[in-house]
Amino acid sequence: MPKVKVDGVELEVPAGATVLQACELAGKEIPRFCYHERLSIAGNCRMCLVEVKPGPPKPQASCALPAAEGQEIRTDSEMVKKAREGVMEFLLINHPLDCPICDQGGECDLQDQSVAYGRGGSRYHEHKRAVTEKYMGPLIKTTMTRCIHCTRCVRFSEEVAGVDEIGALYRGESMQITTYLEKAAHHEMSANVIDLCPVGALTSRPYAFEARPWELKKTLGIDVSDATGANIRIDSRGREVLRALPRNNDDVNEEWISDKARYQVDGLTKRRLDKPYLRRDGKLVQATWNEAFAAIATLNPGNSIAAIAGDMVDCETMFAARALVGALGSTLLEGRQTGMDYDTSSLAAVNFNTTLNGIETADAILIVGSMVRWEAPTVNVRLRKAVKRGAKVFLVGPEWETTFGGEFLGDDLSALGNLPQHVADALSGAKRPAVILGGAALGRGGLEAALALSAQFNLVRTLEDGSAWNGFNVLHMAASRMGGLMLGYAQKGGIADLVAAKPKVLISLGADEVDYAKFAGSMIVYIGHHGDKAAHSADVVLPASAYTEKAGTYVNTEGRVQFADKAVFAPGDAREDWTILRALADAFGVSVGFDSFDALRGAMVAAVPALGTEGLADYGSALPAGGGSPVGAIAYPIKDFYMTNPVARASETMQRCSAELLHGVDFAEAAE
Amino acid sequence: MADRYIEPDTPELRARWGNFTWTEANAAKAKEVVARYPEGRQRSAVMPLLDLAQRQVGAELNTQGWLPIPVMEFLAEYLSMPVIRVVEVASFYTMYNIAPIGRFHVQVCGTTPCMLRGSDDIIAACKSRGMKKGHITGDGMWSFTEVECMGNCASAPMVQINDDNYEDLTAERMDAVLDALARGESPKAGTQDPARHTVEPVGEPTNLAAMVTANHDYRSEW
Repeated sequence: MPKVKVDGVELEVPAGATVLQACELAGKEIPRFCYHERLSIAGNCRMCLVEVKPGPPKPQASCALPAAEGQEIRTDSEMVKKAREGVMEFLLINHPLDCPICDQGGECDLQDQSVAYGRGGSRYHEHKRAVTEKYMGPLIKTTMTRCIHCTRCVRFSEEVAGVDEIGALYRGESMQITTYLEKAAHHEMSANVIDLCPVGALTSRPYAFEARPWELKKTLGIDVSDATGANIRIDSRGREVLRALPRNNDDVNEEWISDKARYQVDGLTKRRLDKPYLRRDGKLVQATWNEAFAAIATLNPGNSIAAIAGDMVDCETMFAARALVGALGSTLLEGRQTGMDYDTSSLAAVNFNTTLNGIETADAILIVGSMVRWEAPTVNVRLRKAVKRGAKVFLVGPEWETTFGGEFLGDDLSALGNLPQHVADALSGAKRPAVILGGAALGRGGLEAALALSAQFNLVRTLEDGSAWNGFNVLHMAASRMGGLMLGYAQKGGIADLVAAKPKVLISLGADEVDYAKFAGSMIVYIGHHGDKAAHSADVVLPASAYTEKAGTYVNTEGRVQFADKAVFAPGDAREDWTILRALADAFGVSVGFDSFDALRGAMVAAVPALGTEGLADYGSALPAGGGSPVGAIAYPIKDFYMTNPVARASETMQRCSAELLHGVDFAEAAE
Repeated sequence: MADRYIEPDTPELRARWGNFTWTEANAAKAKEVVARYPEGRQRSAVMPLLDLAQRQVGAELNTQGWLPIPVMEFLAEYLSMPVIRVVEVASFYTMYNIAPIGRFHVQVCGTTPCMLRGSDDIIAACKSRGMKKGHITGDGMWSFTEVECMGNCASAPMVQINDDNYEDLTAERMDAVLDALARGESPKAGTQDPARHTVEPVGEPTNLAAMVTANHDYRSEW
């Protein structure tokens, strides 16, 4: 723990800290472009110069200098001020003065720092360098003349994403950042380089020239495109969501989000259900709310009613539906749309117990039936970090391109009961072994087999330092899954139980992946926001709110309860889901016990207390014994990363990504 | 430098170089080069292998050689590293040609010592033969680059043509060298001054003269 003096104030900094970090601990702001907490240190922008004694009598790059005992650091001296002004002047030599037409304007590090640390005028009268545009795919718009060569994007794709495709060609002033042969950046986290870029060289293509940051209302939300519950900031103007950006949360998404989480939001204005519809003579026709409710109520289902929760709904909606179905005397609730029927009696057995943060520290990981890159891109980043720390990874399932190496053990589930010796050795020899079970294996008896492995390798243990370690993990794909399971959205036989019960009324809460042909005898009431698969089979369509249009509670795959706020209003006649369910209760003439959102949330927390506190829900660490020996080849459920939910399917950006990046359709670049 | 560009990736380029692979001799050499680096650090061999590949292409084309995109891809595959990293290295160092090159690559040093000793005349001599920066002459014979210091200041001005240096040039000597090359001869590399052997002083030594024949302790005279 070296002691250093920053601007005359002595403080102790953690061992291994850099001078820049020491200055930050002392509360000093150090301007920087290339330095980023989550990337390796490059030290090439020179903006973080400070004066350090002892040392050479010149300013030093604080980001790359280790803090050492007895250093005297000055961030406020004349030398430092001049050095910053000089570096800024050099950076601006080749930077165009096109801020008025630059999308980064208003949230640009170079703009802010030149105001704060620049000399306020230019002495430069020569020609500026110009660089040709580079094509980086449908998400990233480039204006490479603005690039200041910080190489954050290069380091991100190499270190975090694990896909080497961005590089710096040529050298010196002629250096150019580009993807190889200007091919589209081809991974699920690619758009994070837009946030990383400190200038306007890499900006968002779908968001180009849409808005200035100060026009936007910023709402804290939770992403629902996968089950990791990435923390997002929803930027909206008027009634439209313009973009989603990641929020910092070291426990969940660090500071990244997947391209789908970021860019599916333009689907929120397309294919929306904004009026109630009724099926008359086989065709859906517009109706009023009253007509719709009357049509459902006249069926008088009694307790012959069931509800299916979709992948993106919040806990409040699911609880309101549970209250309604319960008030009518039914318990037919299910959330696993595709028919999975794994045992949910112990929630710890279907939870990501190691936690997203914890999996980084695992030293041997067995992944069963999960294409993590597509099912949870931010977890994939964690796995890469784990491997960089020395973890061994083995995978069961069809081969996919991992970003962390790993050994595939074949795509047959029987591998679980018959692990090769070196895999068994690795798992039993590991201090922090972990098993990750994905959707492909869950419903196939894989859960029980994995639980048996958990017992065999003692995945639940106390570590040497006394902390608890639970290495048994299930990686879900639906944002509503853990919340749904906590609220009882699971039947013993899965959705087959609902089919067998032949309910008169089937309430579908945005459940678009269900095979509704099996419910031919039921009146299907679709409460959702997009005219997607389910709306086509529905008998009554009640327009509801998407995740940006309602406040809600979400539980991610590690059992983390998180709250989201409402950013905008739903379009047209669409209502928040819980109000629709509350009105349905009136139509049925039953009482659900809440009249306001607060009362609903209160009732939900009373029923499931864990949903009332932000943070990890406690499911205990006791795992069922498991057993069985499943066999058969498995296949991953996600066939197209960009098309997994109704919002993404409606999004033009996601459609283009799917066509261009996954199906190889060539989009000719419009001349610019 | 700024005129450096990577030859675009076209179907013709792919057709010509798409199935590039080591010749038998080079395959052995490549193996030997890779073996110089510790296990797991094979990609360190990228620089010598780029050179080897360039020379192989050169042998095929009877030039100094260059690195088409498919050849860089072959190397990336050979060293199991991302192509972009290979291209980064190749585009960084000017001694890797990333666009086609003429039979002779004339690199004239234009840095201060050479300039003071008359490199402008040398450049003029090159230009009078139709050489132009970053272009190959119509007959495919000459490529011309003006480069920075090549470390031959004691025998300035100098040019490097393919692998050889020609020093102590004047416009006439430069013409003689180029003519000889054009005729298919191999002119003597090194100094072109008949009075000089290598870079020894021209004429009598002017300093440390007492040390020419025997050791002499100058310290007492300081």
